[in-house]
Amino acid sequence: MSAPHPAEIGTEPGPPRPDTPALAGRRHPWRWVAGAAALAIVAAGASSLARNPAMEWDVVAAYFLATPVLKGLWLTVWLTLVVTTLGFVAGIAVAAMRLSANPVLRAISWAYVWFFRSVPVLVQLLFWFNIGYLYPTLSLGIPGGPTLISGSSNDLISATTAALLGLTLHEAAHAGEIIRGGILAVDPGQIEAGTALGLRRSRIFRRVVLPQAMRSIVPATGNLLIGTLKGTSMVSVIAVNDLLYSVQFIYNRTYAIVPLLAVATAWYLIVTSLLSAAQYYVERHFARGARRPPPPSPWHRIRAAWRSR
Amino acid sequence: MSEQPMIRLVDLHKSYAGTPVLRGVDLEVARGEVICLIGASGSGKSTLLRCVNHLEAPDAGFVEIDGELIGYRPAGGHRLRALPEGRIRRQRADVGMVFQSFNLFPNLTALENIVEAPISVRGLSRAEAAERAGELLAQVGLAGREHSYPRQLSGGQQQRVAIARALAMRPKVMLFDEPTSALDPELVAEVLQTIQTLAGRGMTMLIVTHELAFARDIADRVAFVDEGRILELGPPESVLTAPRHARTHAFLGRLTTKEPR
Repeated sequence: MSAPHPAEIGTEPGPPRPDTPALAGRRHPWRWVAGAAALAIVAAGASSLARNPAMEWDVVAAYFLATPVLKGLWLTVWLTLVVTTLGFVAGIAVAAMRLSANPVLRAISWAYVWFFRSVPVLVQLLFWFNIGYLYPTLSLGIPGGPTLISGSSNDLISATTAALLGLTLHEAAHAGEIIRGGILAVDPGQIEAGTALGLRRSRIFRRVVLPQAMRSIVPATGNLLIGTLKGTSMVSVIAVNDLLYSVQFIYNRTYAIVPLLAVATAWYLIVTSLLSAAQYYVERHFARGARRPPPPSPWHRIRAAWRSR
Repeated sequence: MSEQPMIRLVDLHKSYAGTPVLRGVDLEVARGEVICLIGASGSGKSTLLRCVNHLEAPDAGFVEIDGELIGYRPAGGHRLRALPEGRIRRQRADVGMVFQSFNLFPNLTALENIVEAPISVRGLSRAEAAERAGELLAQVGLAGREHSYPRQLSGGQQQRVAIARALAMRPKVMLFDEPTSALDPELVAEVLQTIQTLAGRGMTMLIVTHELAFARDIADRVAFVDEGRILELGPPESVLTAPRHARTHAFLGRLTTKEPR
């Protein structure tokens, strides 16, 4: 065992030697200046808003938990959940058709997405609401056979049905594109490996492709869900009693326009925040086996900070 | 009739968008034989391999494994009719395939990767499949890594899990598509050694590879694929050391000057 020559190859591994200069980070004085200036501007704006008598904070507080507002909020949340669920079920069909080997199904799916992504939801809602002009009566039956249900369009398609229809058709087009994008982002080698093992196509899809596609589907879906929540406010134009319509209904009577819009704003912020938090945890779930491990959740971070005190 | 070849390729042709990739490939692989396919990239080696388990359907010609026509059935006259998906799936289950980029399912653990097909295709119970997966992992030198996700394994370990996954189906033949090309040089040996063990146990194998030294050691015969045909086929010592064709000679020359072995 010949001894190494420290002069040539350095010393034993260990802490830095005392004569090695200490390294200090760069100073960032302008970061502090810019931060302070921005904070001052934000504070000024917030304080001006808070102290503006027209905000009528007492009115905001009085109506925040009022029954009509909560009923409207419930309809908004219900509409968001139902539209998202139905939209995704239909969206899976849209994506499956678009990726199918059958050219007719592909073309129909493409045309559907083209149409319903191009027409603004507001226009569509008005269309469905006024469907009675186009088809005064609607009937369901077997072609060439008996009629099962028949009735006037205005009875069958209420304002709420029109809202559901319009929003869902729109949602399905967007959901279909999100799902299709997610599936295309999965490495084709994955499908090939499953095929080579003799797995069924449906099994490969459920067990291999979809879980991997979810990694890109979930964030996009979160954004779509929040978009849908806000989009439901458009149904107020066809007199559906959602959150926005219910505050409009109140301020048309009391003229407390700004405070009631503030009530609606606060509720939209609350629901959106809850949805974002849910999205965060769903994303973590689907990051299983991913290239980059998910960052610690805020809860983990708080616990870690608590322990390291 | 033990002299019936395990794999028989007859006059395989395949084009992509009018570009011919396979231009009439005939090959018979005996039971327990190991054949290495060598040749430049784009010569059709991979396509050839993918025709064997019908991942690609040939434009003309056919494949037989253990006497069974793959992907088609005789349909009277001089015609073959494509089989329904379910039948082809069952045929594929008997052919193990290992890919250049491993293609392990990243959302599943090593164990889940291995038991997936035995459970859903062969109908094994989870316990049975898991026990066998444990044995296979031990065989490829990865005992105890059942619950690792592919990302937590090195490339060489991933490829060995992929080999175990293919073996879990108890295949009649194994196909390897450049199994070490995506690996760091120091990880190549462990994978090649695993393949060598399989050869020792009499597995029939078709191996696409650029590792000439490995081909020389393991192959019963070496096939040089060039422009969609098998240009030269024979024992490794003759094909790799004394090729008869100028093109084989040129290919080997390019390989050996690039990476001396």
